[in-house]
Amino acid sequence: MSNIILEMNNITKEFPGVKALDRVNFKVEKGEIHALVGENGAGKSTLMKVLSGVHPYGTYDGDIVFEGETCRFEEINQSEAKGIVIIHQELALIPELSVAENVFLGNERAKKGIINWGETTAETEKLIKKVGMRVNSTELIQNIGVGQQQLVEIAKALSKRVKLLILDEPTAALNEAESENLLRLLLEFKKEGLTSILISHKLKEVLKVSDHVTVLRDGQTIETLVNDDTLKEDRIISSMVGRSLANLFPERHATIGDIQLEVKDWTVEHAHLPGKKIANNVNFHVKKGEVLGIAGLMGAGRTELMMSIFGQSYGKVKSGQILKNNHVIDVSTVDKAIKQGLSYVSEDRKEYGLILDDTIKKNVTLANLTTLAKGMTIDEGKEVNVVEDYRNKLKIKAPSIEQNVVNLSGGNQQKVVLGKWMFTNPDILILDEPTRGIDVGAKNEIYKIMNTLAEEGKSIIVISSELPELLGTCDRIYTLNNGHITGDFMVDEADQEKLMTYMTADGSGKK
Amino acid sequence: MNNFKQLITNNIRKFGMIVALVGIVVIFQILTQGILLTPLNITNIIMQNSYVIILAIGMVLVIITGEIDLSVGSVAAFVGAIAGTLMITWELPVIPSIIISLLVGAVIGAWQGFWVAYVKVPAFIVTLAGMLLFRGLTMVVLNGRTLAPFPSNFRIMSSEFMPDLLNGGSYNMMAIIIGIFAIIVYVYSEFRARKIKAAFNQTELSYSLFLTKVILISVLIGLFTERLAVYAGIPYILMILVALIAGYTFFMSKTIPGRHVYAVGGNEKAARLSGVKSQKIKFWIYVNMGVLAALAGLVFSGRLNAATPQAGNLFELDAIAATVIGGASLTGGVGTAIGALIGALIMGVLNNGMSLLGVGIDWQQAIKGLVLLGAVAFDIINKKRNG
Ligand SMILES: Nc1ncnc2c1ncn2[C@@H]1O[C@H](COP(=O)(O)OP(=O)(O)OP(=O)(O)O)[C@@H](O)[C@H]1O
Ligand SMILES: [Mg+2]
Repeated sequence: MSNIILEMNNITKEFPGVKALDRVNFKVEKGEIHALVGENGAGKSTLMKVLSGVHPYGTYDGDIVFEGETCRFEEINQSEAKGIVIIHQELALIPELSVAENVFLGNERAKKGIINWGETTAETEKLIKKVGMRVNSTELIQNIGVGQQQLVEIAKALSKRVKLLILDEPTAALNEAESENLLRLLLEFKKEGLTSILISHKLKEVLKVSDHVTVLRDGQTIETLVNDDTLKEDRIISSMVGRSLANLFPERHATIGDIQLEVKDWTVEHAHLPGKKIANNVNFHVKKGEVLGIAGLMGAGRTELMMSIFGQSYGKVKSGQILKNNHVIDVSTVDKAIKQGLSYVSEDRKEYGLILDDTIKKNVTLANLTTLAKGMTIDEGKEVNVVEDYRNKLKIKAPSIEQNVVNLSGGNQQKVVLGKWMFTNPDILILDEPTRGIDVGAKNEIYKIMNTLAEEGKSIIVISSELPELLGTCDRIYTLNNGHITGDFMVDEADQEKLMTYMTADGSGKK
Repeated sequence: MNNFKQLITNNIRKFGMIVALVGIVVIFQILTQGILLTPLNITNIIMQNSYVIILAIGMVLVIITGEIDLSVGSVAAFVGAIAGTLMITWELPVIPSIIISLLVGAVIGAWQGFWVAYVKVPAFIVTLAGMLLFRGLTMVVLNGRTLAPFPSNFRIMSSEFMPDLLNGGSYNMMAIIIGIFAIIVYVYSEFRARKIKAAFNQTELSYSLFLTKVILISVLIGLFTERLAVYAGIPYILMILVALIAGYTFFMSKTIPGRHVYAVGGNEKAARLSGVKSQKIKFWIYVNMGVLAALAGLVFSGRLNAATPQAGNLFELDAIAATVIGGASLTGGVGTAIGALIGALIMGVLNNGMSLLGVGIDWQQAIKGLVLLGAVAFDIINKKRNG
């Protein structure tokens, strides 16, 4: 067929100890949006890295035919020259450079080696208008949000005369409005004839925009589904996990006890901008056995609030008290906070969660080595047992616990972080976007773990940008805006619309 | 066999280092027509490189935390000058002088550690300043002159041999006994480690490979002590080095603070959010470096039998090169004490071999530079290929 733009045949790719891809076949039609789905570690990112030359020709078996031509990419430049552009799961922008500089990085508009700033700026302005960005082309990347950064990546791709755009979990870090915007953009590009491959764990999005859905499982192609009106999420899920998943949100039988943690009059200032209040006179509590949700838009101060409580890891605390079981506790350093039974699972696993070049084993035990102490040394036998235990419980997919976490798939890295904090045996577990980049099966596992921990009398605090997730897992939800708590709802009184209203309500205390 | 190949690819860095060392030894052994491995020369190599090894052990810790120390040569010189003043000018007894000198090293380390860890001035700047500062202070203390000679019992540590209590005649029986003892300890610890690992299915070597490795290393220890025994026996400094290597290897691989050092270097933010006190760790790493630099200064001035203003010139670069050749990564999080030792030995044997061949100091420098570049390039290319 002539309208096939890309054909990947019998792709096999092995890493030491792992067969990431096993004779994968993958076909994409010209002008379509083709979704690629599968569990964490199924091989989606690896397949795209093979396609784009990140894993060069010779390190894999099989062949790639793009626009009727057999391709052997030795490096990314060669695939880009053909019009294949990949936006990786981890964004690759330079924080200290401006939007314009990033868009044309490696592809500078220059004459005789001298950069033509006029042209650069003009073209950037054109591109960012096209992707619907609201920032100036001279703004530094570090000053704009993740949603905007994602758009910069797309603008960058467009600047390269792209024919096939690959997006690896582009919406994982975006809130709903931003995701909507991005998907709309993809549909627009499709009208202009651009072909895209979309990797995502958010099946709703997949159903909304894609024409075909290819499912990978354990490094093999399972099937390619046509997305007509009859295709349902359940159908994709059962193909992904090899069984059907009755209910994404496990049933919850909450037995809620006394107040475990109470935060009173908590006011925090920005670390570098004195006077800028990140949390403003915040009061909240969480009970034993309760799963508490924190809803808020990006920039509402959810992460900052929780980090300031967890050992003052963010900003300067100006006033306030923290009580546990009605006693004031000192959580002024991370070490003290951990000892007081607090744990915080960061939303940014690469920056704040993991030591990428260390093994799964060392990452899992890092925050609680003292319980493994045997005299002066670390009890290695015990350590291995503990980590193996978490590997099984969390179904971390890796050949051994001695594998470096940098080599794990995104979702499996997230599970390692989760394991690390479960191992500190906290009374209050704060989860910041715990299911970002995680497949449905694993999400379900994580919800179950949350339930089990709550049943043991622990308190769980969940920050999430996905309202259905909060509504499906929590007992009670606070809304936060601009450093203020703007609402407090039992889950059965709450719905998406109501939460949205309060998430955007002004925070002066009036509702 | 597949298992074996896998093992090599997984540990290419470790093997690469050892193969390089063995290769260099063999080449120079042939080129020098057997002089390299004569008992006298082996003893010389150890003695001549002892202070670089001591510095490299401290440096590997600094580099693992992602920092650097350019001041160690100057600090060694400064402490040498202090020791000279104490023992030669003021005629203080040896032991208190050594203790004071090591304390001076600790204070210097604390000074630099304070700026790096708590004020967060880049280590490159702090220790570049330290390099100038302590070189200057050395000249101030010595007033531009050289102090000599040191009391003879001060030199035991750096230049003397353990007496042959067993009187074996031309063979130093003491050395042989210590060698046998070392082999027994080594074999025992290997088997114990393997047994512990086997208990939770973590053995990476097949039994025959494991045995080969243990036998090879035992034979090496045996041959090495035999060589020493033929000459004058075991120098005291060798015992100090063995103790340091063993102690630091234990600290870095088995203890909680050791684990924390790697964590801080691997990802400081994540380590802090896991309750690791990264500032405290960096501070103490510099204190430790200060003490080891002081020890290196004492050993060096003992060997030279003088405290001179130019002592320790460029030692920092030898130490950094040794750790990097030994597999440490300047971006932090990676490195071992054994690696630093092997790196220092590679540099040491190169120096020694080229001197024996009559290669001038000019070419020696140039070749060492290329070796450093080659070692790191090999590592990076290799990583890329496996990624
Ligand atoms: N550089 C590497 N070295 C070793 N193993 C690797 C490497 N890259 C990927 N893997 C392994 O290959 C498998 C597939 O990983 P990949 O990143 O493609 O998964 P994925 O489908 O993108 O998952 P996720 O949804 O979690 O991002 C995993 O088991 C992973 O551990
Ligand atoms: Mg992926």
